[in-house]
Amino acid sequence: MQLALVHARYQLLEIIRIPVAVFGSAFFPAAAMIFFVVPFAGDDAVGATYATASMVTFSVMSANIFQYGVGVAEDRDQPWNPYTRTLPAGPAPRFAGRVLAGLALTYLSLIPVVVIGATLTAAQVTPAAFLLALGTVAVISVPFTLMGLAIGYSLPSKAAIVVAQVLFLPLAFGGGLLSAPGDAPGFIETIAPYLPTRGAAELMWAAVADYDVEPLAVIMLGVWVVLLAALAGWAYRRDEGRRFS
Amino acid sequence: MTLARAEQASRRYGDVLALDRVDLEVRAGELVGLLGPNGAGKSTLMNLLVGLRRPSSGRVELFGRDPRDPASRRQIGVTPQETGLPGTLRVGEVVDFVSAHYPDPVPRAELLDRFGLADLARRQTGGLSGGQRRRLAVALAFVGRPRLVLLDEPTTGLDVAARHTLWDAIRAFHDDGGTVLLSSHYLEEVEALAHRVVVIGQGRVLADDTVEAVRGIVGVRRVSLIADNLPDLPGVVRTERVDGRLHLLTTDADELVRALVTAQTPFTDLEVRPTSLEEAFLAITSGEATSKDVPAGADRPTTAAAGGRPTTV
Repeated sequence: MQLALVHARYQLLEIIRIPVAVFGSAFFPAAAMIFFVVPFAGDDAVGATYATASMVTFSVMSANIFQYGVGVAEDRDQPWNPYTRTLPAGPAPRFAGRVLAGLALTYLSLIPVVVIGATLTAAQVTPAAFLLALGTVAVISVPFTLMGLAIGYSLPSKAAIVVAQVLFLPLAFGGGLLSAPGDAPGFIETIAPYLPTRGAAELMWAAVADYDVEPLAVIMLGVWVVLLAALAGWAYRRDEGRRFS
Repeated sequence: MTLARAEQASRRYGDVLALDRVDLEVRAGELVGLLGPNGAGKSTLMNLLVGLRRPSSGRVELFGRDPRDPASRRQIGVTPQETGLPGTLRVGEVVDFVSAHYPDPVPRAELLDRFGLADLARRQTGGLSGGQRRRLAVALAFVGRPRLVLLDEPTTGLDVAARHTLWDAIRAFHDDGGTVLLSSHYLEEVEALAHRVVVIGQGRVLADDTVEAVRGIVGVRRVSLIADNLPDLPGVVRTERVDGRLHLLTTDADELVRALVTAQTPFTDLEVRPTSLEEAFLAITSGEATSKDVPAGADRPTTAAAGGRPTTV
């Protein structure tokens, strides 16, 4: 555990030394807040709260898909990675450190969205709901972390960047993150429950406001977690087998 | 006491047999050079010994245990490839990171000082010169006060002065009782450092002996002379012409000179000299390619081949 923290600390250091990398995952949701949420839903307390929660979900998704998808794929190209395997620790602390660092960065990338939501819109949240939302962020990070890991361990870094970019917008739109709950265009309402982004958004909405989650979307989120965990596990073992067996 | 051992270790990558039934024992206090051209299997053997790879068949051991067990790696030190250092981390941070894995690491300042890096602790590794990076990479092998260090081509790409600094550090470690296994294709390096040489070619151990003995085993001599045309000569491994002088590497200098005289070839200024390890090494590996069944261990050097049959090794 001690070592996992050490690994997390140095991975964070590596990322923070290139601040643009952190900026990247925070930028798009923050920009979407400013361009879409503030002008259209900014004055409506309920709408703005939902919209901010949606953007938080968006941020969680893009931060995780990118930092694991691209980060893991890039690390696999580096000879430093096998070197760490010769230290007397094995792969577990590095992996755990990566997940801890990923979670820390996810929270960091949420700051602009939350700050914009709090200062430029009428969004409101009770302290208890805020804490609940913080916990929910960790929960909904799980499917997107697994998705990122699946991408990162199965693809070379150049392909991983493309796949991550191709995935994140359809997931955001298709999950109905850019519209109020129940207010998305018809076909999106139809497909949204089957995408992991929707289940995640439902949980966020329920955390910050009086919202009844749609069971189908949450069940599907569970299905996604199982599927993505299997995929990530398969990709990880395949990669280990190719490089370390 | 044996610190590292390979027993009939083979490693296959798909169709390629990278290591073929290799036996190796590194005993406490030894300084062993692993010598071979690129692609000979040196790095594969190193990877097996540090637990990065599993042998396809046979066994490898570190301190009597499986190298893939993290506990067995507590007393070894390994060098990362210098290009692999995380570019945004500072020198001191990289050292601290590796230190965190060991119970009793060498204090940072002391380690950096020993490798001439004391002034660079605050620099990011991405901004170091190639030589500085290499020194840091080698320094990392010594962080955990290892009993055995495995150095894969530690001085590749270094200038002469930097190489000698590193050599001094490796010798100092060895003089304090440390055990070293280092691979190199710099023959000068193995000659300068190692007491024992293991020559690897095409995945097999071709020779395992002292530096002198490896030279003796092959018995390659350099015959140099000035001549215009030469007849076909027996046992010539390589021919070079430098400044009008012909240099012939031969496994049997006696036979070669006899053939020269018999053919009544006009020549002047004949010299016969022992060869450098590099030349000896070339002879063993090229022999590996041409003749499978001549054991490199036969002591052939001074006896003419029976019946005057040309010998190729």
